[in-house]
Amino acid sequence: MPADLRLLDDEQRALIQMVREFADEVAAPAAAGYEERSEDPAALYEQLAQLDLTGIAYPEDYNGLGLPYETYLMVVEEIARAYLGFAVGLSVHTLCAFAVNSFGSEELKRDVLARLCSGEWFGAYSLSEPGSGSDAVALAAKASGSDGGYRLSGSKVFCTRGNEADAVLVMARTGAAGAKGISAFIVEKGTQGFGGSKKEDKMGWRSSPTWMLQLDDAFVPGSRRVGAEGEGFRIALASLDSGRLGIAACSTGLAQAALDEALRFTAEREQFGKPVNQNQGLQFMLADMATQIAAGRALYRHAARLRDAGESYSIEAAQAKLFCSDTAMRVTTDAVQLHGGYGYITEYPVERFMREAKALQIVEGTNQIQRLVIGRKLIQS
Amino acid sequence: MNIAVCVKHIPDPNVPPQMDGKYLKREGIQGVLDPGDEFGVEAGLLLKEAHGGEVTLVSMGPAAAQEAIRRGLSMGADKGVLVTDDTLKGADALVTARVLAAAIKKAGQFDLVVAGVESTDGYTGTMPGSLAELLDLPQVTFAKTIEVTDGTVKVNRQTAEGYHVVECSLPALLTVTAGVNEPRYASFKGIMAAKKKPVETWSVADLGLAGEDVAIKQDVAGQTPAEERKAGEVITDDGSAAKRIADFLQEAKVI
Repeated sequence: MPADLRLLDDEQRALIQMVREFADEVAAPAAAGYEERSEDPAALYEQLAQLDLTGIAYPEDYNGLGLPYETYLMVVEEIARAYLGFAVGLSVHTLCAFAVNSFGSEELKRDVLARLCSGEWFGAYSLSEPGSGSDAVALAAKASGSDGGYRLSGSKVFCTRGNEADAVLVMARTGAAGAKGISAFIVEKGTQGFGGSKKEDKMGWRSSPTWMLQLDDAFVPGSRRVGAEGEGFRIALASLDSGRLGIAACSTGLAQAALDEALRFTAEREQFGKPVNQNQGLQFMLADMATQIAAGRALYRHAARLRDAGESYSIEAAQAKLFCSDTAMRVTTDAVQLHGGYGYITEYPVERFMREAKALQIVEGTNQIQRLVIGRKLIQS
Repeated sequence: MNIAVCVKHIPDPNVPPQMDGKYLKREGIQGVLDPGDEFGVEAGLLLKEAHGGEVTLVSMGPAAAQEAIRRGLSMGADKGVLVTDDTLKGADALVTARVLAAAIKKAGQFDLVVAGVESTDGYTGTMPGSLAELLDLPQVTFAKTIEVTDGTVKVNRQTAEGYHVVECSLPALLTVTAGVNEPRYASFKGIMAAKKKPVETWSVADLGLAGEDVAIKQDVAGQTPAEERKAGEVITDDGSAAKRIADFLQEAKVI
């Protein structure tokens, strides 16, 4: 019972139908295997590029499709419904492309954005450090001016596909303490003194590699700085506003997958001589799940429309991320409950969904930080 | 090289078929490009990529069959021809072959005509052979691999034992089996480009056919659904279960 396509225009409908087919026929059957093996689905990312899905919301001049961000998010939702860990990779890739598109020079766009959108390169985003998570301004990685560029040193943590990506957007300190001392850089894979130092062993998202990155006097040419010196923190936050919508769409897709599984199971499972979905108590649970998903979908799409119209969407993006990821947690938990004992064993996918949902409440700003963003903006206005 | 690929719009084979009397119900049923024909389209595209030229999709069916052609165009074919005519409703394999032969002749000069071994809805498997005869082309069937060099096509023809290696001069007609290649998914740009690619719609009269040419001589005498799979035998273990299961498997020649 995936999202309704009736209100879309022809182009969107064609795109979503194509993505749905790819998601159902290719991504979904592969998900459990990649997760079990903790293997990055490199082949699927390649296919994403062949299908023209690596630069959906970016200009055609840079190999993108020039479509609305809302359309891109619907693609993310469809893929997340089939395979969350893979959709997260697309969301992170887009986060990196966003920064280059919004703040990069023309030269950088030709150099990096064009390669990200064509899928020749995949991108990643690296802000967090061992001592700087929610308090991102405290980041310590250093970028010192060097002949024709910068030398970057320091440790980064929790970077999705940091060692697989071809280009990582890295925030590092070029100036004094505080937000104004931070700059953003594109660090290319294979740069000497740069690479993954530890792959984290995680509760879920096991096929979406999470890396600790080490920068050891890694040289980045000046042309690969994104935006002006000192603009890095603003870029990081703007990227997160945008990326939060990606996580909201991922959350909605995952919740939808959990509901679909619950609907299937409760129709097939018989107890007391009838399918368990004939019990009103269970129907009420299913109804709540479906309603929360629909509300979350409306919320993220509303925020996306504001973004596409060039309006401020910070509050709405934070609301969407908060609501959709909390919804994913509740709905996946209920889906396990509706499966009874079968929900707790790995033969059914809902136990994995429940593990996967937890991370959505943490990434791109914890849900406590989302409330902080919303609260601060509310009292400002 | 220019290639014509025969494609068919069929009721989605993933949905249980509905009958309209003796015939498969088609109207109001979600249709798709026959999955078997996707291999033909892919074969055509691979040859085009290797040797240049154009891929033309040829189909007969109701107006909705346009969708099957669009699907092939979005995979990368260049243009399409659809023959649609009320008089062709319920057409048998021979009439279909006559119509497709006339359409292919009218559409241009082709080095190769490609078709699936059989359709996924009708399964007669007789159309491609008739088509080759009507076009006066040599035919190579059950192609598992296709190689074109200097005006000849070399094919590994699948048999029960292995392969026949068959070579023949072009122009020719090939039928391809499922698994001959991996049909590509249409990219988004492919889907958008397909909307602008030319599709001709011709009637029986446009092809210069009439009367006997399109007279349906074959009648479906009847149809019965396949027998449903019976529930298996339940063996309660009274100490002899292992032996009974082994006997059962031996009887089925599994062990």
